[in-house]
Amino acid sequence: MKATVMMPLCLGMALLTAQAQAAPTIYPVDTARFLGTAKFDFKVEFDRELKESDMDVRINGKSVEDVFGAKPEFIRNEEGKGSAILLRNVSLKPGKYAVTARDGKEESVAKWDVYGTPEKAKAKNVILLIADGLSMGHRTGARLLSKGVTNGMYNGYLSMDTLPYTGMLGTCSVDSIAADSANTASAYMTGHKSSVNAIGVYADRTKDPFDDPRQETIAELLRRKTKKSIGIVSDAEIEDATPAAVVSHTRKRSEKAAIVGMFADIRPEVLIGGGSAYFLPRTVPGSKRKDEKDYVEDFRKAGYTLATTRTELLNVMEKTPDRLLGLFHTGNLDGSLDRKQLKKGTVSKFPDQPDLTDSMNAALKVLSKNPEGFFLMLEAGLVDKYSHPLDWERAIYDTIMFDKVVAQAQAFCDANPDTLLIVTGDHTHALSIIGTVDDNLPGELMRDKVGIYAAAGYPNYKDADGDGYPDSVNVSKRLAAFIGNYPDHYETYRPKLEGPFVPAVKDENGHYIANAAYKDVPGAQFVPGNLPRTESTGVHAIDDLVVGARGPNADQIHGFMNSTEVFRIMAEAMALGH
Amino acid sequence: MKTWLAVLFCLLLGVQAAWAAAENRLSFDELYSGGGALGLRFSDKVLSSEGTRISIRGFMAPPLKADADFFVLTREPVALCPFCQSDSDWPDNILVVYLSEKQRFVQNNTVIEVEGDLEVGSWTDEHTGFVSQLRLRNATFHTL
Repeated sequence: MKATVMMPLCLGMALLTAQAQAAPTIYPVDTARFLGTAKFDFKVEFDRELKESDMDVRINGKSVEDVFGAKPEFIRNEEGKGSAILLRNVSLKPGKYAVTARDGKEESVAKWDVYGTPEKAKAKNVILLIADGLSMGHRTGARLLSKGVTNGMYNGYLSMDTLPYTGMLGTCSVDSIAADSANTASAYMTGHKSSVNAIGVYADRTKDPFDDPRQETIAELLRRKTKKSIGIVSDAEIEDATPAAVVSHTRKRSEKAAIVGMFADIRPEVLIGGGSAYFLPRTVPGSKRKDEKDYVEDFRKAGYTLATTRTELLNVMEKTPDRLLGLFHTGNLDGSLDRKQLKKGTVSKFPDQPDLTDSMNAALKVLSKNPEGFFLMLEAGLVDKYSHPLDWERAIYDTIMFDKVVAQAQAFCDANPDTLLIVTGDHTHALSIIGTVDDNLPGELMRDKVGIYAAAGYPNYKDADGDGYPDSVNVSKRLAAFIGNYPDHYETYRPKLEGPFVPAVKDENGHYIANAAYKDVPGAQFVPGNLPRTESTGVHAIDDLVVGARGPNADQIHGFMNSTEVFRIMAEAMALGH
Repeated sequence: MKTWLAVLFCLLLGVQAAWAAAENRLSFDELYSGGGALGLRFSDKVLSSEGTRISIRGFMAPPLKADADFFVLTREPVALCPFCQSDSDWPDNILVVYLSEKQRFVQNNTVIEVEGDLEVGSWTDEHTGFVSQLRLRNATFHTL
């Protein structure tokens, strides 16, 4: 008897739990702090099907229609997940806003802080330089290899060391304390936080990667409100997350073919990078498109001068074009260590790739033609691409290259003081330099040759040609640097001279196991991973970023800031709130 | 005597044919003969081998399912699984292999040799939407 009574009771309780109400979800989310006059999509999701009259959404006590001047679309049932209201392309005046959403049972509140900008711009030009994944270890490593140390004093500073204003950035996401390059770049380019893998949108519950509530990008704002030129430069695929974030809206950063279309909508005056595979129709070998669209031709028709090698770039720059499309690789370009010294990676297939300094030079020349000024975002994308597979030597060589770009930008600022320059990364990696590895130290195992504290001494890199890069990465006493999170791999304590490191490969159970290609490297040591076995490489750290700046409005960079403040400082410098 | 010579001639021809079969081997470095950002160029060897049975060595990228009749062959082991991760991408010199019958997934650490009929040119898989430039049909593989 008891059992028969208990069973329905338990069932009833289980059903009650299953039907437990979730509070409505409001986009933009609670804590959002964004630019007044910038467009955004307003959306509220309810967790069950409602009648329109059952829901009550108010902004500072007023109806949505009263506040935005338009009635939101009512979606009765969104993919079986419940009702929603959606109103696209709205904006607000500066002020504090409290949004309440009630469904008769549950209530949510989102508080927004909407800021304005002065009427008059402080800066004519804004240059944002991002080394993807730039961490303290990369900076220190670049300074050690590029400048060296004597008796404890560095022989010189990096250009990025000399920026007068410095701060720290927090990079957490809407959905996680961790972040990827999609939502971190999106925070710089829209002033809104987003979710992992999302660009220029709040990630909603629907499957469609293009219908999520949008956040207006800086490129859209510049086109709508100014006559400034726009430049986007990377040595990764130009559709990769960081450059894509300047113009794009999508829940999925992997929608690279669609992202090319979004570049075409904005038509930045300068577009330089890799990733031509997504510009070519599918019939062309090397294409990664699934349609016949030819975006190289599309950009040409729109008046772009095209360069596909370094030689072509230098040639076309002899008569500075008004619009420049540089596509130098079907995928990511090769980094400076492979291009300049080792000739590995894909250098044999793409032997004439520009250095990021060549691209920076070209970008500044084209953009400077506009008397109204410009916005330039340049990314050293490979610092991150090499840090993921624990190939820190390649990452540090590219940090040196990035610093040369910073020096070019500083020279431009010297000549054009009405330029705001911001230099940072977009998230960090857990890279630390702890000493040296000395092949001549006694010891049976390579780990015994790791010099620490006093035994570390000084590495013996040489830069006889004075180009800022060590003449050889493979010296007998080199940096000992380690990345703090990793899959199973073989630690070789040596630079990977045969090509970028591939630490782990997938097995038949879906687990990543150490890549046996490094097993027989003399002294290789098996290191069991400390990440889930589903991870193929090291992952991003949540550690703060360093940001440096100079020029108009740069004094706002100080102390600790949420990463979205970079957008606010740029928007304020260019008076985009007016 | 004449018969003996004819037999010898046939034997020699046979040996030559066997050599030819063994020689009809491609390597990843021979797939494309150059090109650049505006597209890669198939090598003469690929173009002249179109429609013939060839063998090639490489690594099996992690497939969607352990038992699959379709997988991607790569020059180096791929660390990332572009089928599974949204931010990773395939190298541009892959070869898509359609097996004559399902075979069990082989560890990505292991070199395999695949034999199949070479198909050249852009083609979209109707089930997955996967676009490929080079394919092996009716293929089989074994580990080395």
